[in-house]
Amino acid sequence: MFEVRIHGRGGQGVVTAAELLAQAAFDEGRWAQAFPSFGSERMGAPVVSFCRIDDHEIRTREPVVAPDALIVGDPTLLHQVDVFGGCKPDGFILINSARSLDELGLAEFAEGFRRERMLTLPAAEIAREHTGRAVANATLLGGFAAMTGWISLDAVARAIRGRFAGAVGERNVAAAGAARDFVEAELLELSGASPA
Amino acid sequence: MLRQLEGSRAVAEAVALCRPEVICAYPISPQTHIVENLSQLVKSGELSPCEFVNVESEFAAMSVAIGASATGARAYTATASQGLLYMAEALYNASGLGLPIVMTVANRAIGAPINIWNDHSDSMSQRDCGWIQLYAETNQEALDLHIQAFRLAEQLSTPVMVCMDGFILTHAVERVEMPDQESVDAFLPAFAPRQVLDPDEPVSIGAMVGPEAFMEVKYLAHAKQMHALELIPEIAADFKEAFGRDSGGLISSYRTDDAETVVVALGSVLGTIKDTIDELREQGVPIGAVAIKSFRPFPLQDVREALGHAQRVVVLEKALAVGVGGIVSANVRMALAGIQLHGYTVIAGLGGRAITKDSLRGLFADAVADRLEPLSFLDMDWDLVNGELARMRASAASGPHAENILRDVGTVAAGPV
Repeated sequence: MFEVRIHGRGGQGVVTAAELLAQAAFDEGRWAQAFPSFGSERMGAPVVSFCRIDDHEIRTREPVVAPDALIVGDPTLLHQVDVFGGCKPDGFILINSARSLDELGLAEFAEGFRRERMLTLPAAEIAREHTGRAVANATLLGGFAAMTGWISLDAVARAIRGRFAGAVGERNVAAAGAARDFVEAELLELSGASPA
Repeated sequence: MLRQLEGSRAVAEAVALCRPEVICAYPISPQTHIVENLSQLVKSGELSPCEFVNVESEFAAMSVAIGASATGARAYTATASQGLLYMAEALYNASGLGLPIVMTVANRAIGAPINIWNDHSDSMSQRDCGWIQLYAETNQEALDLHIQAFRLAEQLSTPVMVCMDGFILTHAVERVEMPDQESVDAFLPAFAPRQVLDPDEPVSIGAMVGPEAFMEVKYLAHAKQMHALELIPEIAADFKEAFGRDSGGLISSYRTDDAETVVVALGSVLGTIKDTIDELREQGVPIGAVAIKSFRPFPLQDVREALGHAQRVVVLEKALAVGVGGIVSANVRMALAGIQLHGYTVIAGLGGRAITKDSLRGLFADAVADRLEPLSFLDMDWDLVNGELARMRASAASGPHAENILRDVGTVAAGPV
């Protein structure tokens, strides 16, 4: 079982992100469960959502306490909420920020994780460029697909189009693709190879 | 068709497949998505003929359902928490009149303190109102139970509540098999009302009954539920034949054949319980679970047969009967009358507190070693409780409990009251 936890703020599409991820996994023939951690349902309040993916029926209903992958949709949460709680040393962490881990003050913390599995992605900037809005949920999923390999970009794109018809869907698919490219380039650089 | 859907959407579509003619509802979390989806299906004409009545309260919702059902319309509503309490008087009327209304309860805690999260306090508070109560373990089962509920309700002419855990199921997006209209039509015949208000042939429904016959009329509701003990498994068997799935029934047992310890629960927590049981089984612990699917009527005989051979029974409950402890436990004990075994009541998950595998592992280990108290509270923070009890002892004007405890937790940053 692969367990994902997504942190963000109300209005950033955190719940939708988990649902899109589950839809994409379902589309690939797997079992998936997405659910929100509801609380203060208001714009700007910290929100958490969860997604589980497996090859068989998922029965457990507990919140994801030890995620295999973590998406932080809003970097202002980093020093406000215990977003990294339960993270595994070999787990994936993707942070929506145009700044580096060093600049975010996470250099020391990152030493406990595999370098190619803890990345920042300027998802808000990419989303704004492609969609005109800084809502980065679909964009983050593009980066997530590239970083983890747990889901294909095609499946993510189908999930986005299924949820958002017409131009809105297409723009978000483009943003997810750009995020995929960004993360792939980052991974290539980290592997020591020179970019093509 | 296999689809990935939010639980609320799945239930709304299943209800629509049952062709209700009147839907009346007042929105309340976590039920809202169900009725929102249904209102859209009515507005778009996908569900037709059907009238969606926006009412001004839950009391009105149930009253409209009563009126609609009495005219021979298939009627549906949904609610939760305080909404269910607000319609309490009308609930008794629906069952006393023998009207086959189907209602979803998206289970949620009851205030005060106000809390929107899941537990079973709401439906458990109405366990004796004469409605049949079915509890869904998964969204697939929630969907399936609604289709079964209309048939059960109409066959008996008695109302049925389908209870599903608020947020945990209603807001979970997962895989469901959605039946097609033709199969549901074949499974669920058109509503043939036992009694009907018709201006062309006027009758009255709801006569006053004095001491000379009140007990007899009341007994009929009980007789119907005793009949339901036979019908529920029959309908579940028919459902399996038509749709190929095990859904509903009175109870279901999981790895209980050689189990010395059996955990009893209702609803979605059974998924987490089963995963925990699998882990313990790998370590050689003989433990199993029994899911109670029908809480009203309570299947005394089936529960007795499923639990009678165990050495100990742990009833995990998402509601608290203040002043005594367990509600489900009391019924389980009645089923086990005369049988000697260790019985434990565990109150868990009140107000949405997560029930984790970690906590269940510890709980079951304590149970197997007979280290549990007869009544215990899973993951209770006793420091918080004792802190407030100490304040109460220290001062007769110690202030409101909720605010005091939230201050201890650090949620409320205010100074002294």
